[in-house]
Amino acid sequence: MSDVPLLGVVGIGVTYGGYVALDDVSCRVVENSIHALIGPNGAGKTTLFNVISGLVKPESGSLQFRERRYTGLRPDQILVMGIARNFQQVRLFPVLSVIENVMVGCHSRLPRTSFRDFVLGPLGRDKVDRLARQRAAEMLDLVEYRGDTKAPPSQMTLVDQRRIEIARALASDPQLLLLDEPAAGMNPAEASQLSEIIRKIRGLGRTVLLVEHNTRMVFSLADEVTVLSAGKIIASGPPSAVKSDSAVVTAYLGNV
Amino acid sequence: MFNSYTESLAVFFGINVLMAFSVYLPSSAGLISLGQGGFMAIGAYTSALLTAKDVPFAMALAAGAVVAALIGVLVAAPAIRIRGIYLIIATLGFGEIVRVLFINLEFAGGASGLSGIRPLTTLWYVVGVCFFVGLCLWRLRTLTLGRAILAVHEDETAAEAMGIKLLQTKLIAFGGGAAIAGLAGGLFAHYALFIDPEQFGFSRSAEAFLFVVLGGSGNPFGPIIGAAIVTLLPEVLRFLQDWRMSFFAVLLIGCAIWRPGGLVAARPPSRL
Amino acid sequence: MVFLQQLINGVMLGSTYALVAIGYSLIFGVLRLLHFAHGEVFMVGAFIGLGAVVYLHAGPLVALLCAAVGCAVLGIVIEFVAFRPIRRRNGSLLAPIVSSLGVGLLLQEVATNLFGAEQTRFPPQFEGEMIRLGGLFVTSTQLFILGTSFVLMLAVHLFVSYTKYGMAMRASAESTDVARLLGINVDTVIVLTFAFASALGGIAGVLVGFAFSAISPFMGVSMSVKGVAIMLIGGLGSIYGAMVGGLILGIVEVMTVGYLASSYRDAFSFALLIIMLLVRPQGLFSGASAAKR
Repeated sequence: MSDVPLLGVVGIGVTYGGYVALDDVSCRVVENSIHALIGPNGAGKTTLFNVISGLVKPESGSLQFRERRYTGLRPDQILVMGIARNFQQVRLFPVLSVIENVMVGCHSRLPRTSFRDFVLGPLGRDKVDRLARQRAAEMLDLVEYRGDTKAPPSQMTLVDQRRIEIARALASDPQLLLLDEPAAGMNPAEASQLSEIIRKIRGLGRTVLLVEHNTRMVFSLADEVTVLSAGKIIASGPPSAVKSDSAVVTAYLGNV
Repeated sequence: MFNSYTESLAVFFGINVLMAFSVYLPSSAGLISLGQGGFMAIGAYTSALLTAKDVPFAMALAAGAVVAALIGVLVAAPAIRIRGIYLIIATLGFGEIVRVLFINLEFAGGASGLSGIRPLTTLWYVVGVCFFVGLCLWRLRTLTLGRAILAVHEDETAAEAMGIKLLQTKLIAFGGGAAIAGLAGGLFAHYALFIDPEQFGFSRSAEAFLFVVLGGSGNPFGPIIGAAIVTLLPEVLRFLQDWRMSFFAVLLIGCAIWRPGGLVAARPPSRL
Repeated sequence: MVFLQQLINGVMLGSTYALVAIGYSLIFGVLRLLHFAHGEVFMVGAFIGLGAVVYLHAGPLVALLCAAVGCAVLGIVIEFVAFRPIRRRNGSLLAPIVSSLGVGLLLQEVATNLFGAEQTRFPPQFEGEMIRLGGLFVTSTQLFILGTSFVLMLAVHLFVSYTKYGMAMRASAESTDVARLLGINVDTVIVLTFAFASALGGIAGVLVGFAFSAISPFMGVSMSVKGVAIMLIGGLGSIYGAMVGGLILGIVEVMTVGYLASSYRDAFSFALLIIMLLVRPQGLFSGASAAKR
């Protein structure tokens, strides 16, 4: 494992009206690691995700990907750069089938379909379509999705929908995968299955930044943990160090 | 094979189908246009002026479509950020501006219109173009572009997060719709043999919009059905004579109340 | 001098536009609906006025009253038949627009069947004498129209600002949910809004009949489109925006016809519309509803 920071978050500040959502937040995510972001509800974790993935523009601070500043880029540009994400509430496209949803993830990596292929498509010659389908199938396999790929995602269980969404994000071949509460709604068996999948993703050379409330899962899975509370970083380091940090304990207990 | 009355009915039906397609394509990206009449006018006038200069019909038609698409993209680019009802009003305004523009273009006949257009449109031409456009629209879903358009309509945020360029996708959908309307206009001009700006006003745009609403916007068959109902129903209702359009109006109201997803709802009525 | 003369014409035309646009804004405010059929209500008002003048030998004020009452009733019917059932069933944004187009088409067709597609002459109501105001000459027709319009606009302002129903209308325009919580019967407010707006539209129709001495079943179509344009310029849902926007449009149209050519009449109006959309989409006065966009 190298120590190269894949993602650098430097002094990010976000204010909504008079409410400070993020205050001078800085963080480094090391390449090929699993980095967890935890904190009490309302701490600003999803806001930070939104800033990193380009959905929210910060008032101050900068973002770096492989030492290259990318603050201000659009979400689609950020995806092409190498950061993909899922959504806390699962935002799949209901009108597309499961496999089509995942295929959308590889859009940015595919060549354009030639006109001839477009016309002759029904005869089975569309190369780009086949490539996309193949890749999508591979990703669904990676996340251990075993259901029907031609059906609409609304027919699938929540756990399966989360898997599909992760597959979709993976289809774009990202260097950094942002996972926003992927284990929400899962029982312990499903959560541990998900942990295995995340380890598999790390094994493929990727980096995962994940927000999770399931602290047991986090502490067994993560290489590095950052704690956010009321918009500020209060602790950062290996799980063992963070677990016993007094500030962290107060933040959590104080919110009970 | 057909008598000339049936033939003209079929031709106008085909042109209406194209106009319906022209509303359908942008609407599948979430862009509702009440101004397609304007693009039809651009296609009609461009192709008519070209064939008057001995340009081959196919080229003139294509040119009409291309000009309409270019103007569509030019107009839509700044406006695409506008949301919902404002976009509808903007397209309405655009359609009216085109109408007014042609009233003032003397070399295109101004308010008196353009006459003496060559009768180049045949039923086969219309059928061919409809079939081609319909096929493209149906196959669109197999393209990344087609999925991108649907994704953008469903959830812009998620689509963008998956690498889809929002602006580009919307402009392609809108420009494509404009091109189709341009084709319809070219075919219309060379069948009606006389065009004037009033034929392409709000009524035309509203009619095209209604085709898609009536037929359903879930797949390309919906617009065909919508156009069929509007074009062919008056024939079926011949016995109502002067009250045909009134009956149609009542049908519209009924449809809005009971079947807002269209008479052929391919998918449940979704939000705008 | 000619300029001021044209200005008066513009203000006169604009004031009738304003009355119709106020109706659009009221309905949009409460229902978020582009009521395309409102132009046809305006047209029906003109024909009711014609009927009153020709068959009842009514004077101008009575004609206005007939149109107001007739259109108010029409507006209420439209709400019950074409819009309420939609609200009860689903919250689609497009369905009411389709319904509204259907109503407009229906009214237009019925009027065409009854009165023919050609223009119908509207008997002049006033002597046409010129009255001197300072250095200007105004016809009594123009004076009547201007006077009536401005009195009505003032009445609208007073009604909306100071009466219980007016305030209920404004509250409902802000937020129907909050209005309900405050005990306001939103359905009643909607019916009232339709009645009020349609009455104003009908009066405007008769005034236009006075002004141009000719009406036709198709006069509503351009009014529908213009009404939307005015709403946009003035601010969607803003009554004062509608007044100002209507006046501006009327003046722009008359000036364009007077100084350029009649063919350019609509050009500037719609150019103005497009500019507004790009520069300030919320309109001149951000009405209560526009702020939410």
